[in-house]
Amino acid sequence: MNMPAHSPHAHAPVSVGKVMATVMVALIPATLYGFWLYGWPAVFLWATTILSALLGEALMVRLQGRAAGRAVMDGSAALTAWLLALSLPPFAPWWIAVVGALFAVVVVKQVFGGLGQNVFNPAMAARVMLLISFPLEMTQWTAPIPLTAEHAPGFMAGLAITFGAGAGGDAMASATLLGHAKTELSRGIDLLHSLPGQFQSTDAVWGYRAGSLGESAAVFILIGGLYLIARRVIPWQAPLALLLGVALPALIAHAIDPARFLGVLPHLLSGGLMLAAFFIVTDPVTSPNTGAGQFVFGLGCGLLTWVIRSFGGYPEGIAFAVLLMNAATPVIDRYVKPRIYGRTRQGAPLPAKEG
Amino acid sequence: MNLLARLRLRGGVHPDGRKELSAEAPICALPLPERLYVSLQQHIGAPANPAVAVGDHVRKGQLIGTRVGMVSAPVHAPTSGRVIAIGDYAAPHPSGLPVPTITIESDGDDRWLDFETPADPMALAPEDIAARVDAAGIVGLGGAAFPSAVKLNLSRGSGVTTLIMNGGECEPFLTCDDRLMRDRAGEVVAGILLIQRAVGAPVVLVGIEDNKPEAIAAMRAAAAGTGVEVRAIPSMYPMGSEKQLIQALIGKEVPAGGRAADIGVLVHNVGTAFAVHQALSLGRPLVSRIVTVSGGAIGVPRNLEAPIGAPAEALFDYCGGFLDTPARLVMGGPMMGQELTDPRVPLIKGTSGLLALTHKEIGQPSPAPCIRCSTCVRACPIGLLPLEMAARIRAGDLAAAVDLGLKDCIACGSCSYACPAHIPLVHYFNYAKGDLAAKERAKLKQEATRKLADARNERMERIAREREEAARQRAARKAAQDAAKKAAAEAAKAGTQETETA
Repeated sequence: MNMPAHSPHAHAPVSVGKVMATVMVALIPATLYGFWLYGWPAVFLWATTILSALLGEALMVRLQGRAAGRAVMDGSAALTAWLLALSLPPFAPWWIAVVGALFAVVVVKQVFGGLGQNVFNPAMAARVMLLISFPLEMTQWTAPIPLTAEHAPGFMAGLAITFGAGAGGDAMASATLLGHAKTELSRGIDLLHSLPGQFQSTDAVWGYRAGSLGESAAVFILIGGLYLIARRVIPWQAPLALLLGVALPALIAHAIDPARFLGVLPHLLSGGLMLAAFFIVTDPVTSPNTGAGQFVFGLGCGLLTWVIRSFGGYPEGIAFAVLLMNAATPVIDRYVKPRIYGRTRQGAPLPAKEG
Repeated sequence: MNLLARLRLRGGVHPDGRKELSAEAPICALPLPERLYVSLQQHIGAPANPAVAVGDHVRKGQLIGTRVGMVSAPVHAPTSGRVIAIGDYAAPHPSGLPVPTITIESDGDDRWLDFETPADPMALAPEDIAARVDAAGIVGLGGAAFPSAVKLNLSRGSGVTTLIMNGGECEPFLTCDDRLMRDRAGEVVAGILLIQRAVGAPVVLVGIEDNKPEAIAAMRAAAAGTGVEVRAIPSMYPMGSEKQLIQALIGKEVPAGGRAADIGVLVHNVGTAFAVHQALSLGRPLVSRIVTVSGGAIGVPRNLEAPIGAPAEALFDYCGGFLDTPARLVMGGPMMGQELTDPRVPLIKGTSGLLALTHKEIGQPSPAPCIRCSTCVRACPIGLLPLEMAARIRAGDLAAAVDLGLKDCIACGSCSYACPAHIPLVHYFNYAKGDLAAKERAKLKQEATRKLADARNERMERIAREREEAARQRAARKAAQDAAKKAAAEAAKAGTQETETA
């Protein structure tokens, strides 16, 4: 006799693939803006990253003796690679994309057990690995050269930048805001003197400055993130807490010593902060289970980011902060749990009525 | 009020209601099937004992199965006719095993037994009401089928302050309570007042989900001036669960491991109230109920008043049969009901719905890995961590799952419904609960065995001890005797000596 099917006999019309697809839709505006801002090399880099990740995923799943089709189609590898691509310097060479994507998917994700089992955020772990292993390639930024601009690299020139000799020296001369501020501070030039030429807020808001795709398009990232919150694909606690975690210490420190510490807006709009707020710390696999836990997690990421940016050796610290908090996620989950119906917070049954 | 109630509640899901399929179909009677298969195990507790023999002629409402033990309910003939078999028959049990069943061949007259009814049921003593509810075989008609009289008697002792009537009907598809409240509000309210009298609760609240405005209006009209308060509650699954309904209506939580009575509350289903009215005003025991027959594969979804024991296929046939081969037949609602593996299975008192679902309505692809998205955490109305519990159970660590609150799970299925990876979470939990119960039973058995063994050892030791003691006593006695003999001999000897000296 057949085993009867267990209830429920109804299921919400949702799937992991649909969740991933919705997140990718939210990334489209920022990505298209980045393509426009940095031209063909950015497009090639993005495509190379995603393709490498998909191949790596398919190979690993095949090695485990499972059908590769379903795993590749769930979109998780593509999304990881997409997020990694948004955090790379747009004119980086192709092998940076390949090494990063394979490290993210093969080492950080599949070796730990595949989808849902990884401890660390694959995109951020790959970025940190690249930054430490290839500091030169990972810190050469280019100023925006919109596709419509006269001297923008064409299709062939773009191919050459990504897959060939790389860009000429001139194009790579730019520094990100955080990088510039850190370098100047280390040379003894304070922010009051080093910053004015670098950070015009209106340009910064619209992303018309050096940085990764995800950094430049902060506003579009924000729009995509709000869309995901509205669709209830991501929680609001982690993003809000991350932004607060960076903004609050920045506000206080900047008020005390503006020559030493950056203000709130440069902090929020720089680096990968917006991307991290809505697409990285909201990664379900590597963040806590509960709303309160996600808030703690985001806040920790924010505070660590500010500390690393302000006192650490690297100008940008979000990736390090996320990895550190990823490691703390099981601990947060252990201590931050919902109260169970009919029980006190400590887990004892509620008292029955008196008498 | 509604907003307040919503704020008090956690979790829950909003499955597609699909109530429009059958909500506008007034209650109609199922034509009497030729044969009725009346299960003797229709309630939680011990099965009833057959009170008739094969070949007996019975009248509608006649007692055919008597209650056994404290938690049980009697069973009555759902129509007049002849008993043609008493034996095992297909039953709506998840095990698929048959249960003892009395088969009655209808004589077509559907003639009731003659009942004497009290002139004014409201004048009866509370104990009398409970006794009559007991005799009428009434069980909770919301689906759990717990004997109602047991609940009434337990509550009378513990001082119930609030009687809550459950008109939530949060399961998708089901409209039987909705139609009952719309079409027979007067009888339902009369039944509610009888239950109120039986337990002496000063406050009576009727909770109805706000997706049933007609039922709310009908019940408000019927309840006007009776002191029964009808309240609209937010439409959300599992609002019809006792714990959630209490929380929504009075803002209190039932203590973990306790009963609603611990906070002075008693919950009954509106269908039960109707049955109570029938039993006390007309003397009629529970021999029929309202069943929603619905689902995408059903020709004409309906709300049927059907005799207990009617085979499911008779109800499906009367509702136009199947448009298409149904992907799954379900008894009860889609969230907590059970699959019907055999369409001959008869209706029991707790059957609220018979559904023929299409693949699209079930929507259950094969499970994918958990991505820890915590959708299940947000969906859980109890505040559990379904993903963590399932991971522990899968690893075979039931104790860890219990620590996470497994025993507080109400098996509502919200987590399984919402999971984007389609992991059968509630299936894991029910499996674990079953395994724990089995272990608990094994432990009890082991303890009983150990106690018996201990008792035996003790007995053997005692016997040995007693034997030893007896032997010692015998030896002592012998020694004493010997000593006395010796003393006597010595005394005799001394006497002779004395005499010799003297």
